[in-house]
Amino acid sequence: MSDMIDVDGKQYAVDEEGYLANLNEWVPGIAGVMAKQDNLELTDEHWDIINFLREYYEEYQIAPAVRVLTKAVGKKLGKEKGNSKYLYSLFPYGPAKQACRFAGLPKPTGCV
Amino acid sequence: MSEIVKKFMYVNRKAPYGTIYAWESLEVVLVGAAFDQDVSVVFIDDGVYQLTKGQDTKAIGMKNFSPTYRTLGDYEVKKVYVDQASLAARGLTQDDLVEIAWEDMETEEEVENIVEVIDSAHLSALMNESDVIFSF
Repeated sequence: MSDMIDVDGKQYAVDEEGYLANLNEWVPGIAGVMAKQDNLELTDEHWDIINFLREYYEEYQIAPAVRVLTKAVGKKLGKEKGNSKYLYSLFPYGPAKQACRFAGLPKPTGCV
Repeated sequence: MSEIVKKFMYVNRKAPYGTIYAWESLEVVLVGAAFDQDVSVVFIDDGVYQLTKGQDTKAIGMKNFSPTYRTLGDYEVKKVYVDQASLAARGLTQDDLVEIAWEDMETEEEVENIVEVIDSAHLSALMNESDVIFSF
């Protein structure tokens, strides 16, 4: 039923939309493999957002919706990064959805 | 964004675990927040337990979603009310409840805690003012 992705020879289950099935299994390599599937090369700027999302989830137990992410990024990483133009330039498939997937989080709450 | 802003009130009456109501309600509030409406969230009866601090769900094997209430401010919810009588009947006070901060990024206006304990008369007045009430 569920698909698998291969990261450094290890298999990880993902759901039908490509989100990691078990977020405790996450390792940074998963983000790299998922990014490659989306034809993206991860830079430090991507990692800032991915790490930020993991911290946000750790603290609040949810993956934030895109506008909440934008607001929270602005607060934490500076106003010049807290806007959707910047975030979409990093994550063209939608900063919340795509970055959450790379970060091993579930699909964001409030994404309609 | 939308031209008509309605007053939405979400009323939570049930304990956080044991039924799915509390979590479902929270999800609806967070999803609904995308629509730029005037939202208030109310906790009455056993619903007040949803906001208590220091929840530990390990023994019942459920996800502890109590930290998620603290994101309500990020989701532009600015009004959270708790029924005074329900708290008192359970031997609880405001000190037992989580604090939810709210901040306007543009104006940098800040509210340290939007959780407000109110009496039933006040609550009933707020219910009367609401356009839509969702009960969970």
